[in-house]
Amino acid sequence: MIRAAVVDYGAGNLVSIEQALRSAGAAVAIVASGDVLDDADLLVVPGVGAAGPAMARLTAAGLVDPIRRWIAADRPCLGICLGLQLLFDSSEEDGARTLGIIPGHTIALRDAPTIPHTGWNQVARRRDHPAFAGIADGADFYFVHSYAGAPGRAVAEAVTLATTTHGAPFVSTVARGRLLGVQFHPERSGDDGLRLLANVVALASPAVAAIGSGSHAAALDTPPPRPGSSLPGGW
Amino acid sequence: MLRRRVIPCLDVANGRVVKGTRFVDLVDEGDPAELAERYWREGADEIVYLDIAAAPEGRGTLLDVVERTARRVFIPLTVGGGVRSLDEMREVLRAGADKVSFNTAAVADPDLLARCAARFGSQAVVVAIDARRRPGPDGAHPSWEVVVRGGREPTGLDALDWARRAVEEGAGELLLTSMDRDGTRSGFDIQLLRAVTDTVRVPVIASGGAAGPDDFVAAVRDGGADAVLAASIFHRRVHSIGEVKTAMAAAGLPVRRGEIAA
Repeated sequence: MIRAAVVDYGAGNLVSIEQALRSAGAAVAIVASGDVLDDADLLVVPGVGAAGPAMARLTAAGLVDPIRRWIAADRPCLGICLGLQLLFDSSEEDGARTLGIIPGHTIALRDAPTIPHTGWNQVARRRDHPAFAGIADGADFYFVHSYAGAPGRAVAEAVTLATTTHGAPFVSTVARGRLLGVQFHPERSGDDGLRLLANVVALASPAVAAIGSGSHAAALDTPPPRPGSSLPGGW
Repeated sequence: MLRRRVIPCLDVANGRVVKGTRFVDLVDEGDPAELAERYWREGADEIVYLDIAAAPEGRGTLLDVVERTARRVFIPLTVGGGVRSLDEMREVLRAGADKVSFNTAAVADPDLLARCAARFGSQAVVVAIDARRRPGPDGAHPSWEVVVRGGREPTGLDALDWARRAVEEGAGELLLTSMDRDGTRSGFDIQLLRAVTDTVRVPVIASGGAAGPDDFVAAVRDGGADAVLAASIFHRRVHSIGEVKTAMAAAGLPVRRGEIAA
């Protein structure tokens, strides 16, 4: 069974993501420090609220370096909403310096008729990705945010997986290796959201090689058992 | 394009869905989580729980209902009724709500909104405004007064001034109820809606007075509402969420058709 570690830095509702990941077949632990990450197969960084306070709480919990190391090692990671925005270098929201994992900045939504951008909107894909297997291109997902990450020019083409339009288009999904970042809330996006999470969980199997290697499709059908792995407390 | 949301509201007291005139003659209508799941399957875009008992001793029961709902309903959940502090908001969010709606407590202490928005983000802070029409000073242009405590207590606040102030303080969404129309099934107060949506940039949820699908269309098309909310016409199956969405789509409004079965 895939073990998902959901980072808890006081960002509100974790019940939904925890339960949605369980529905997707994962064992879930809510982690508030970096010590226990190594036992996980999948790291999930959720989050709502402002970037500055979130970075302060991640720092205080000793989670910044473990998250950076995790992603640098190309281990499976899902960033949701603020958890995606934090991957960039900085945020216009409060001038916060963020994790600096993907070149670029989090900026205010431009030309938005309403702020925050709240509700269901279409996620238009630029290319295929196994995380969206079984989900129609342009499917509706639930958003609630006022800022969005803008990948730097040098990497934008490579990391932008999908865009969404509210006023102007913005990047609503990024993917790089086994890192996936979504601006929407899959745990609040009904059946398609649950499907995406199930895909993400299946892709986190240690038997799935790096995304793009072509072997993931088979792995999706048959997530391998983990013989001999006893689940530590909390999983 | 952003979809216009259709939101069923469930009045909850002591952990059960109740119906009746908002505060009297309450009739038990079932388990909130079960009803919320049914609405999700019928195409609801979001769920609102209004704790109409809102007694401090019932808080644990409410949190239990919120958590049971979050574990089986995977669309957003807003909870309102009696939340008075940052700590109470944290409890409701941690139980599984995505947004908390403030009414009386925000009028009494607008800075509460700023504190909650700073901690949890504006997107989690909804301000419910109950507005009652009053004749304008010139006799021609109406204005609306904010009322609290379920409409029993006038505040003297102008609804548009309060809407503006609430957003400045940190509200990320307004749930606007016409107390003149609430329970009357005579349609939303479009003039009120338009006045508020012209005043603020945050999404506005229209509430109070829905009778039929055409009312929802008018609230969005003429009132500028981002979302429409109703309770009794859905509970009593006068109209289904699907019917409402069909009418909205026929009027050219963007709606999500995702999970509507048949």
